[in-house]
Amino acid sequence: MKHTIKELEDIASQVRRDIVRMVHGCQSGHPGGSLGCADFFTALYFEVLNYNKDFNMDGVGEDLFFLSNGHISPVWYSTLAHAGFFDKKELATFRKLDSRLQGHPTTHEGLPGIRIASGSLGQGMSVAIGAALTKRLNGDKSYVFTLHGDGELQEGQNWEAAMFAPFHELDTLICTVDYNGQQIDGPTKKVLNLDSLQAKFEAFGWHVINTDGNDMQAIVEGLHYAKTLTGKGKPILNLMSTQMGAGVDYMMGSHKWHGTAPNDEQLATALAQLPETLGDY
Amino acid sequence: MKKYTYTEKKDTRSGFGAGLHEAGKKNENVVALCADLVGSLKMDAFIKDFPERFTQVGIAEANMIGIAAGMTIGGKIPFTGTFANFSTGRVYDQIRQSVAYSNKNVKICASHAGLTLGEDGATHQILEDIGLMKMLPGMVVINPCDYNQTKAATLAIAEYEGPVYLRFGRPVIPVFTDPDQKFEIGKAWMVNEGTDVTIIATGHMVWKAIEAGEKLAELGIDAEIINIHTIKPLDDEAILKSVKKTGCVVTCEEHNKFGGLGESVARLLTTELPTPQEFVATNDTFGESGTPDQLMSKYGLDAVNIVEAVQKVIGRKK
Repeated sequence: MKHTIKELEDIASQVRRDIVRMVHGCQSGHPGGSLGCADFFTALYFEVLNYNKDFNMDGVGEDLFFLSNGHISPVWYSTLAHAGFFDKKELATFRKLDSRLQGHPTTHEGLPGIRIASGSLGQGMSVAIGAALTKRLNGDKSYVFTLHGDGELQEGQNWEAAMFAPFHELDTLICTVDYNGQQIDGPTKKVLNLDSLQAKFEAFGWHVINTDGNDMQAIVEGLHYAKTLTGKGKPILNLMSTQMGAGVDYMMGSHKWHGTAPNDEQLATALAQLPETLGDY
Repeated sequence: MKKYTYTEKKDTRSGFGAGLHEAGKKNENVVALCADLVGSLKMDAFIKDFPERFTQVGIAEANMIGIAAGMTIGGKIPFTGTFANFSTGRVYDQIRQSVAYSNKNVKICASHAGLTLGEDGATHQILEDIGLMKMLPGMVVINPCDYNQTKAATLAIAEYEGPVYLRFGRPVIPVFTDPDQKFEIGKAWMVNEGTDVTIIATGHMVWKAIEAGEKLAELGIDAEIINIHTIKPLDDEAILKSVKKTGCVVTCEEHNKFGGLGESVARLLTTELPTPQEFVATNDTFGESGTPDQLMSKYGLDAVNIVEAVQKVIGRKK
């Protein structure tokens, strides 16, 4: 462990503060899924991912990460800033004119840490497969990680990719699904039931694991465990249970905070629940 | 009229296959992907010599475009191959976000474009792909005119850094360009110098424009014929220089006149040099089943249609 669990939890608390402040600052964006994945991003960047802070697009010899559900950009931007990719002051520019922190992540403005645009859903797994194929051709043994929304799996392209990766034995690929059961129009069970994602991915030939995405110890251990499963001929699918809005009581467990910004009073309520640990931007 | 002859007919897709094979020999970073149309795209030689650098994706074009975008990360130069319809309309959003907006070095190579796909009919005969692709910021759009030019274009795009759409076709047509030509992206080719009208043609329509030029010469009309193989970026300079001399223009393409080469030329001319223009192109229609020759005739894409358009546009000159 590079950090204690307490240290990681403190980082995640600051990331959560950043998320609600960023979304409040521009009165738009997606706090729910961002908050739910704050622990995952912290664990990934501060404990699991092998990367170079001096960003290089090709990432040869580095682990790569692709965010497929690009609307949870606030959690990624905050994590990248605290991980040292750019100054955290830039978080104040989120979704504003002339910013590198676009509403959805993009390479277009040259923000370090981002290798592909995402936002239009369902494309990230294919891109990650491509990056993993290139690593294989280059003899580069490092890992390729992804994150996907659960509702996002309603996009058909995911299943093209899900069929491809096991067939080609892409066993350096570790995909995580943010299994929060919510999407814009309501619970996934009501909008278009995903049913058993475990059974679906296993039927496609993936090695599926289950983790608790809002328990720092569990998610760190889960991602390390996922790495031990690589190199065995199967891609890894991490079904990660989270609560949308985790860390802010009034946002938790409801799709209503998928894409809504808090007002001043709601912001104060949220910040009172999230200790400032690394200093606000 | 300069005399053009040919000794053989070949398909432009075979020019792509030969170019891809040669690009693969020149640069080990060139990789190829296909969505279950290896034979149609003439990828066999590449696959035989570089099996580890070829990825068969299956009938999953969206996945193929995403994989190609991802493969650029780490330095590969992916060439995707499928029919033009499945290379563009089917995967427009994947190209838009993962390739164009992300500025990835992907070469989208599209065969069986246009009516000359023939008997399969309108589901497969895309006549809108040039428009779809040219609207994407940063996308280079190329539609070469014969086997040799397609091969040269394939080699040229391998050396160009950035997203490219390369459009070619199914039928065998005359091979009339130089086998050793140097292909310059964005640079028009002067097919024939003339003074009375500028005929601007792309793809399979270039040979038809040459046939039309010969008929026009018999009628005493001296046509300048320009091959625009690169629809974007357009060679503004070559077009303006020619039109200044001739005072009228006919554009020829195997594509809908809505959104094609003709509209790109019209956009240039209305802002820089308003000029009478006629369009030889399909007119807001789908195709249908038939032989390539029957279809080109029925939809007004023959040399005779170019001759008629020239006579009409010359009559519109002040």
